[in-house]
Amino acid sequence: MDGKATDNRMTESLTLTHLRMLEAESIHILREVVAEFQRPVMLYSIGKDSSVMVRLAQKAFYPGRIPFPLLHVDTTYKFREMIEFRDRFCAEIGAKLIVHTNRAAIEAGANPWDLGTQKCCGFLKTRALLDALAEGEFDAAIGGARRDEEKSRAKERVYSFRDPHGQWDPKNQRPEIWNLYNSRLNPGESIRVFPLSNWTELDVWQYIHLENIPIVPLYFAKEREMVVRRSSLIPVERDIPLLPGERKELVMCRMRSLGCSPCTGAIRSDADTLPKIIEEMMLFRRSERENRVIDFDQEGSMEIKKREGYF
Amino acid sequence: MSQPTEILSGIDQFLRREEEKELLRFLTCGSVDDGKSTLIGRLLYDSKGVYEDQLSAITKATVNETAGAMDFALLTDGLRAEREQGITIDVAYRYFSTPKRKFIIADTPGHEQYTRNMATGASTANLAIVLIDARNGVLSQSRRHAFIASLLGIHHVVVAVNKMDLVDYSEEVFDRICSEFSSFAAQLQIPDLYFIPVSALLGDNIVTKSENMPWFDGASLLHHLETVHIASDRNFSEMRFPVQLVLRPNQEFRGYAGQMASGVLKPGDPVMVLPSGRTSRVKSIATYDGEVARAFPPMSVTVCLDDEVDVSRGNMLVPPSHPPHVTRCIDARLVWMGNQPLDLRRQYIIKHTTQSVKAQVRFIRYRVNVNTLERQPASELSLNEIGTVVIDTHSPLFVDQYRRNRITGSFVMVDPVSNATVAAGMVTGRDPRAADPAVAEVQAAELNRIPAADRQRRIGHAAVLVWLNGGAHLAYAVESELFQRGYLTHVIAAQTDGSVMLELALNMTAAGLVTICAADFLYEVERERAQALMDPSQFVDLDASLFASPEEAARAVTEKLAGRGITPADH
Ligand SMILES: Nc1nc2c(ncn2[C@@H]2O[C@H](COP(=O)(O)OP(=O)(O)O)[C@@H](O)[C@H]2O)c(=O)[nH]1
Repeated sequence: MDGKATDNRMTESLTLTHLRMLEAESIHILREVVAEFQRPVMLYSIGKDSSVMVRLAQKAFYPGRIPFPLLHVDTTYKFREMIEFRDRFCAEIGAKLIVHTNRAAIEAGANPWDLGTQKCCGFLKTRALLDALAEGEFDAAIGGARRDEEKSRAKERVYSFRDPHGQWDPKNQRPEIWNLYNSRLNPGESIRVFPLSNWTELDVWQYIHLENIPIVPLYFAKEREMVVRRSSLIPVERDIPLLPGERKELVMCRMRSLGCSPCTGAIRSDADTLPKIIEEMMLFRRSERENRVIDFDQEGSMEIKKREGYF
Repeated sequence: MSQPTEILSGIDQFLRREEEKELLRFLTCGSVDDGKSTLIGRLLYDSKGVYEDQLSAITKATVNETAGAMDFALLTDGLRAEREQGITIDVAYRYFSTPKRKFIIADTPGHEQYTRNMATGASTANLAIVLIDARNGVLSQSRRHAFIASLLGIHHVVVAVNKMDLVDYSEEVFDRICSEFSSFAAQLQIPDLYFIPVSALLGDNIVTKSENMPWFDGASLLHHLETVHIASDRNFSEMRFPVQLVLRPNQEFRGYAGQMASGVLKPGDPVMVLPSGRTSRVKSIATYDGEVARAFPPMSVTVCLDDEVDVSRGNMLVPPSHPPHVTRCIDARLVWMGNQPLDLRRQYIIKHTTQSVKAQVRFIRYRVNVNTLERQPASELSLNEIGTVVIDTHSPLFVDQYRRNRITGSFVMVDPVSNATVAAGMVTGRDPRAADPAVAEVQAAELNRIPAADRQRRIGHAAVLVWLNGGAHLAYAVESELFQRGYLTHVIAAQTDGSVMLELALNMTAAGLVTICAADFLYEVERERAQALMDPSQFVDLDASLFASPEEAARAVTEKLAGRGITPADH
């Protein structure tokens, strides 16, 4: 018998699939964070990436509970279904949930129609997040951002350092070699940790399918009340200002990514199961952020927001 | 909504296949303008990994558009600042997928000053693509790329000779480059070297075989990436499990969480805990998805042991028959990444597996010229320089040679003042001149046939190591007291070489005696080490300065011993 061939068969059987490799890497990262930081927190956006991240955290600390709280920055413009899902999900898995809202800005009337998406996000997301992190004295914030989401993220580290103002300096990041993460913080510094860095959108969907992970029903197609504005579908969650000639109509559609209801477009779709969603994604091949108005406001806008402290 | 069932079963089948895919990580290196961005763009585009809207965003952002032809390089260019400078200055990660494998590309720039970036990208890669411009041939940069790839332990190197369209797809040009590169690479350890002529711009030999080069009988680049055998690159022979966390959610469960570094681990396997040297067996390997019959790299699992041994973060589970080197002195290669050069007078922090220890570089053996591979004497290493050094660490590391084990053979060095990561290190060996007691102990534990309990029965009391923070004078006074009370005793006075003292102390205690070690604060490292190695019930730590007289100190020791039930037989 050929020794080499037997050898290959043996090692072949000791090979993980790409999803299990990604999973193992993410679990390693989550455990490092818990071992090396005093007060970690997981940023929980209720979206599909957050769902995957929470499952990975359950796996990392099993049979124990997730040893850090989940933080949701609530702009108050989220979909009702998201909030319902959030509360049910966190209760079911026994996770500690912190909800933070920039009350002052809301009371001053911050909204995307008057301020524009950029400014509104600045107050309700970026500012609120930085305040919540400071208030909780969290030294490490775990986020679900992926490198394949957007060009400017391709060079993002798994451990991403932020200065005392929560800002990101692309020129001043530490090299990440092997799986050895340098967790030492300078005074006032904090870090964002991205355990899903190496996952793609397709990986995330496949993993949700493989693991049967609960996600917000908004991802699945059904007839919903929408305002049709040029090629965009805008959900009717609250009284959005209508332009002349516009009206609400029932459209078979779903959300490809979940943000605030006024700034998240829906797509026409029949995909009401996970395999159909994946199939649709393979066919359409449109980046998931296409329908978030925000990234198209300005070329490279995500990078600007990141420097300011948003993820 | 009348979806034909065949299509659904089609997508289900697709999903099942997709979920079985393997992962290959590779890095691309080339000098400026060799066509690296074009190649990556081509791979992403042709593998349909590029989403439509990213393409349209590019059309909007294009500044110096090449007429007609699509500029693939723009697909991969990232940050604003870099776009303004027009160069890539950091490691970028990109993703694409084919029906056979998922790929992660570490895209690293090829400028002289960026050895650091290439080492970073190479550290996790299975394979490296070295790009060469067919018109320029093998440049010193190409040699450097091959050297760093081999240094970082990459088994598979693909030399892509690019821009073949500009040299009339000449076989002769290709052959010349191959033989020149091969003769240089012969000095390096690259088990698998593959050459391929391509045109990144026109797509020759990228995804499909080129009709322009019928003389080339190898596979296309993508085909090679999809089929190169990587499974056996990992080390399955020596089990190493660095403990990340102790999970203790309730009274019934105590498990050690970590990621398998190498080897295979099964329930029932004997394991030794380092540094304590205690042994036990694997009771079970727990995961969220149920217990598993075996764990292998890179699985993240939780290991439960049969016995209640003391294990904490930074410890390592290893097979008693094949332990790694346990040492406080290592020979290593460093890739210096700090802006300030290596300073032999300074202390650094080494992060190795899940341990962080203080360390100092004793001396630099030599620096390697990355272009010629020449060894040069050096008194410092600066940014992007590579050298071989001898390092002393304050507590022992459990290391293997990097060639054998990419996880237990690697470490990073951190500057404790700036907190910057200043070096990537690869263990080449442990310094043979530095004997470490822990190694002797590990070996002796294998051969020893007399159980400690038998020794204790003959002597009449259990063995104890008394670590006395005080001078020899005091130690002998304490000994005399203890001896009179019926204990069998021995004093180890401070030695110039701390590790010799520690070795003597461990040996005497192993022989069954109440061993009194007289050591002051200068031996703090040895004290920590002794404490880590000894069973807590057999280690007494006493600060003699707290007592007015030797008699008082002796009384305190006797009380401590009695408190632990260690009393002489006939008293
Ligand atoms: N003719 C030809 N030009 C190429 C080829 N590959 C790249 N180029 C051109 O070489 C130049 C540099 O390529 P680029 O990908 O930006 O190089 P990088 O600096 O290595 O990323 C660009 O003008 C490309 O269009 C090739 O295979 N053939």
